[in-house]
Amino acid sequence: MALYFFTPFIAIILTILGGGMIFYILGFNPIEALKFYFITPISNLYGFSELLLKATPLCLIAIGLSFCFKSNNWNIGAEGQLTFGAIVGGGVALLFYNQEGFYILPLVIIAGAIGGMIFALIPAILKTYFNTNEILVSLMLVYVSKLLLDYLVVGPWSNPEGFNFPETRQFSDSSRMPLLFEGLRIHAGIFLALAAVMLSWFVLYKTYLGFQIKVSGLSLKTAKYAGFKGKTMILVVFMISGACAGLAGVGEITGPIGQLHRMISPDYGFTAIIVAFLGRLNPFGIIFASLVVALTYLGAETAQIFLQIPKYTGQVFQGMILFFLLASDYLLFFKVKILNLKKNEPRH
Amino acid sequence: MSLDISFIGILIGSIMASSVPLILAASGELITERSGVLNLGVEGMMIIGAISGFALMVLTDNLFIAIVGSMLSGVIISLIFGFLTQSLLTNHVATGLALTIFGIGLSAMLGKNFVGIPGKEFPILFSSLRESIPLFGPILFGHSIVLYFAFALPFLTNYFLKKTKLGLVVRAVGDSPVSASNQGINVILVRYCCILYGGAMCGLAGAYLSLIYTPQWIENMTAGRGWIALALVVFATWSPIKVLIGALIFGGITILQLHMQAIGFRIPVQFLSALPYLMTIIVLVVISRDSRKIKLNTPTSLGRIFYKEK
Repeated sequence: MALYFFTPFIAIILTILGGGMIFYILGFNPIEALKFYFITPISNLYGFSELLLKATPLCLIAIGLSFCFKSNNWNIGAEGQLTFGAIVGGGVALLFYNQEGFYILPLVIIAGAIGGMIFALIPAILKTYFNTNEILVSLMLVYVSKLLLDYLVVGPWSNPEGFNFPETRQFSDSSRMPLLFEGLRIHAGIFLALAAVMLSWFVLYKTYLGFQIKVSGLSLKTAKYAGFKGKTMILVVFMISGACAGLAGVGEITGPIGQLHRMISPDYGFTAIIVAFLGRLNPFGIIFASLVVALTYLGAETAQIFLQIPKYTGQVFQGMILFFLLASDYLLFFKVKILNLKKNEPRH
Repeated sequence: MSLDISFIGILIGSIMASSVPLILAASGELITERSGVLNLGVEGMMIIGAISGFALMVLTDNLFIAIVGSMLSGVIISLIFGFLTQSLLTNHVATGLALTIFGIGLSAMLGKNFVGIPGKEFPILFSSLRESIPLFGPILFGHSIVLYFAFALPFLTNYFLKKTKLGLVVRAVGDSPVSASNQGINVILVRYCCILYGGAMCGLAGAYLSLIYTPQWIENMTAGRGWIALALVVFATWSPIKVLIGALIFGGITILQLHMQAIGFRIPVQFLSALPYLMTIIVLVVISRDSRKIKLNTPTSLGRIFYKEK
């Protein structure tokens, strides 16, 4: 068990070494490049706030995904649920674009969560009632939602005074997340993420639903024998996961962005899958993992400025983390395998 | 705009061209999936193929080396996936996703110095016949060799799977790895080969984009085609011939939306772009409802980890 939570650290160290090697091959001084990547971005208060800003959506989405993954439901369309949540929440914010009021922000946030939830229900319903593969459906819907957003910001929702730029009006101040500190971009959305962590810990480890989710993940047959309502559970975990992704989307548009445009998320929904795995689907592990992965985003931006490396390098690091993490699981799997074999022997 | 005969010929020709990367990648992935391995890294392998093909073309000025090199690079990157899923028994979905994310990042890194370099013209075959025959000229002739290969590939794949002993082995490994293993088949080796073959085809699909279809290197230039190829395999219920038909439909939608944009058609272009994805979902629903239909062709142990007990 200790090893189970230890291997993510091995994966991170191997990724840093691997990244250094890639920088060396590309002709950079690896130590210097890694310093620009992992230390420079968080060496001041502003950088640290940016780290938390990027970790917030990752943490939220990954918390939601942990419910799906724990119960063996492969929702990989969180990016689409984030986008749709942002569309619904952003739509509400645009309704109130020239009004102020304390009630606006809560409405926008709730709308975003509901939007994400509804969008996640599509693969869930298709899976439960039509037996379709949720991986492919949730993935296809990512593109559908992004195209819908594109249509809205270019067409009906584009800013009438915006000189045909593909963006909506700016939201009113009442639709914006309150900033925590003057001059920093970190906003109240971080409390949503922390609340999600606490709630998910409670649900997963202290409630009957959490127990059902864990049992279904370990063995679907056992869950069936135990008489758990499999279909309801699938719908519930997808709804939780979609709501979290929707919240993340709404947090982005009401936080740092302040309007809708094409690029509301640098693939947070996909990267959060890595965060969920790196955090071992454990709520507190996910906090840690979201900070690590957020650093790869920041590092990529810093490296782009100082070393002129495309910011896509962040994805190289993200991919490598997951590769090494999965590979190091072999150690664990091997142990499990030996135990399983002994148990299964009488059957042969 | 007049819909004369020559226009229809050119239209069909361009639909064929746009479906080539889909056919190649989906046919490769089909073999991989038939062996029971779900590789979600198609997009990543394609983009690596695209950049290595283009880079090799710029560096060596030799299109043959570029094409072969792109396939090799697809093989190399799929080897990561193969090693992880087959030797280290990792989860197929997570590993495939990692491969896609990694591939997109790595391609942008490698391609940094190749942005903005103009591509080289790829030789086309039978270009004289293209002009001389009215309707069928632009459809049948004047394409690159890769296009002819792509259109033959589904038939070859079909023959391979249905009529050859090796094809039977691949299907057996995908349907029941335990029985296959008991028959003395090296399941892991067969799956490795299928993964690497899939990698080669995805690499070629990427190279088609960067060398022939739009001869230049742009970051993220595969633009989701890998995911469509993945969907196509399901859309086709794992049948190679239906992959060809599906690719033509999806390619057709891409071309149609370009033309509709040009005529100023009323339907917003984003809705047309969303059609392939929506259609895939609908097809998935239709084929999945009937459990017999899906059992008939679906590799039974798709995505399940197999290890040999020692």
